[in-house]
Amino acid sequence: MSYVVESLRQLFGAAPHKPDKEEIGRFASEVHLYKKANPYSKADFEIMYEEHGSGSKKWRNRRWATLIIVNLLFVVSYFFDIQLLEGALTASRFVGFHMADLNSALQVVLAYKHIVLNLVIGTVTVFVLWLLLGGRTFCAWACPYHLLSEWAEMLHLKLVKKKVISNHTFDRRVRSLFYIVFALLALISGYTVFETISPTGIISRALIYGPGIALVWVGLLLLFEVFYSRRAWCRYVCPIGVTYGVVGLVSPLRVRYNVKDCHHEGDCRKICLVPHVLDMTVKGRSAHMNVDVSADCTRCGMCVDVCPTDSLNFVMKGLSKKQ
Amino acid sequence: MKQDNKPAKRAKPRPSAKRRAQSRREFIRSSVLAAGVVGFSLLGFLPVARGTSLRLRPPGSIKETFDEQQFLASCIKCGQCVQVCPVEAIKLADLDEGFGVGVPYIDARAQACDFSCDGLQCVLACPTGALTHELDYPADTRMGFARLSRPESCLAVKGKGFRGQARGPGFTGLLRYEEVDRWNPIPVADHPYDLELCDLCVRQCPIEIRITQCAAEAAEAGTENKARVAAKIGNECPPRHAIALEPVEGGDGVMRMQPVIKEGCVGCGVCEMICPPDPAAIVIDIHEITDMAS
Repeated sequence: MSYVVESLRQLFGAAPHKPDKEEIGRFASEVHLYKKANPYSKADFEIMYEEHGSGSKKWRNRRWATLIIVNLLFVVSYFFDIQLLEGALTASRFVGFHMADLNSALQVVLAYKHIVLNLVIGTVTVFVLWLLLGGRTFCAWACPYHLLSEWAEMLHLKLVKKKVISNHTFDRRVRSLFYIVFALLALISGYTVFETISPTGIISRALIYGPGIALVWVGLLLLFEVFYSRRAWCRYVCPIGVTYGVVGLVSPLRVRYNVKDCHHEGDCRKICLVPHVLDMTVKGRSAHMNVDVSADCTRCGMCVDVCPTDSLNFVMKGLSKKQ
Repeated sequence: MKQDNKPAKRAKPRPSAKRRAQSRREFIRSSVLAAGVVGFSLLGFLPVARGTSLRLRPPGSIKETFDEQQFLASCIKCGQCVQVCPVEAIKLADLDEGFGVGVPYIDARAQACDFSCDGLQCVLACPTGALTHELDYPADTRMGFARLSRPESCLAVKGKGFRGQARGPGFTGLLRYEEVDRWNPIPVADHPYDLELCDLCVRQCPIEIRITQCAAEAAEAGTENKARVAAKIGNECPPRHAIALEPVEGGDGVMRMQPVIKEGCVGCGVCEMICPPDPAAIVIDIHEITDMAS
């Protein structure tokens, strides 16, 4: 199944495609057979973890630093009036160049029903930017709610481990429903309905222009995620993720999985925001030696950090050497 | 298609009872989530429908009286207008204004728009045209319309003068006084007045100040430059007066001086900000922009 089709399916909530026997390539199939005949022993896993240690935090640290710097740039630019990055995440000027968040621009165009030149320029700039950087990279590397949500998730996982609470999952297709409903609402009502509750816009504005009662809504979302459902907003609701996911369909920057050394222990799926994109890491599901992770992936790099066998890595398609 | 000699497509194994119960629960949960989130977002319509989100908006806001739909729809809620305003008159609305969250407004009593940016910077900064780029000069805008709402507290009507800081020592609002600093607005509290008859609303009106300047330039210009000065009328020189202190007969038949709002008022709110009594005798109406030529 092509990368674009499979990505679209996953973005809109379908379960990841499990390749049939005929779809699995010759080399991948040999690997699967070999692993079946020679299963990893307990000792193998012990060696694996010993070599890997507790895993690195390289990508997470880089990402958190980037996310904080991007958001601080807005704050500092306004606070010191240096006109470096004016505006908020919804729309801005970076040293004078227009930038517009794709989803906010979409909502405005649907509600307002006019196309504004500056908005077109800003949208194209941002489109190209995230096209090069991987689409949903916006989520993990720029969205301030993502960071707060990650902290909420840490708390959530602690509570789950202590059996204080349990996680409640939703049907992933509900995000597609939200996407359609919010697009229709903007079109029909003539108001940017989603912007009213978008924690991304609310937090970005609160950081730059000062806090307000809108932060109570963000707080409620975080509480919901801590006590009821892990990463619920990003996983099941946010249309921004879908918009950038579509951009990522044709992005060359992806996480690539290599099946050869994978022990299929599933550490990557445990930490992933969107674990369905890592379905090929389940034993026997990889159709080829190398499989690119679908466009619903936020390129956060947590799987790259956690993988004990170096089976997951960032690649720039066309630049990386062919394996 | 030859399906006959192909083995029947592998029937999907029926999911276990536990699995089915799980997906049923997920479905119900997801429906509740969808209804909850969409329902909450639609609450944002209430302040708009009830008109409680109506505000004095920055110059050039594309809206009609009582109807801000176009403005709220076209605004991308980024606050670039906030950032360029030299007197920080523009604020962004909070969630209690529903769909108006993140949309700019001006609280004139706290800090009016005094046009000290000269070139309508907020309009230039707006990336979506929610503040229409068709405006070039302050006199082109119509944010609202001033109204002497409490003539009984107006110092001029009472025949009183004014001495001291217009809004007291604690007031943080800014105004540009060209005679003090051409480029930088200063706190109103740093600029005390001593007036025999209070005319602050007329004296500080940005439109009136500009008209006076243009008249002075015209007088200085002499005959050869008259044409150039005349060309400025209607552009940076406001074509119509905004406010004047005029004798008006009160209910008791006594003539008193009173601020009278003229057609050229743009609703910037400086008169409301500078008015010494509390609450202000003069306010900006965003609704009644029809009773202009009073």
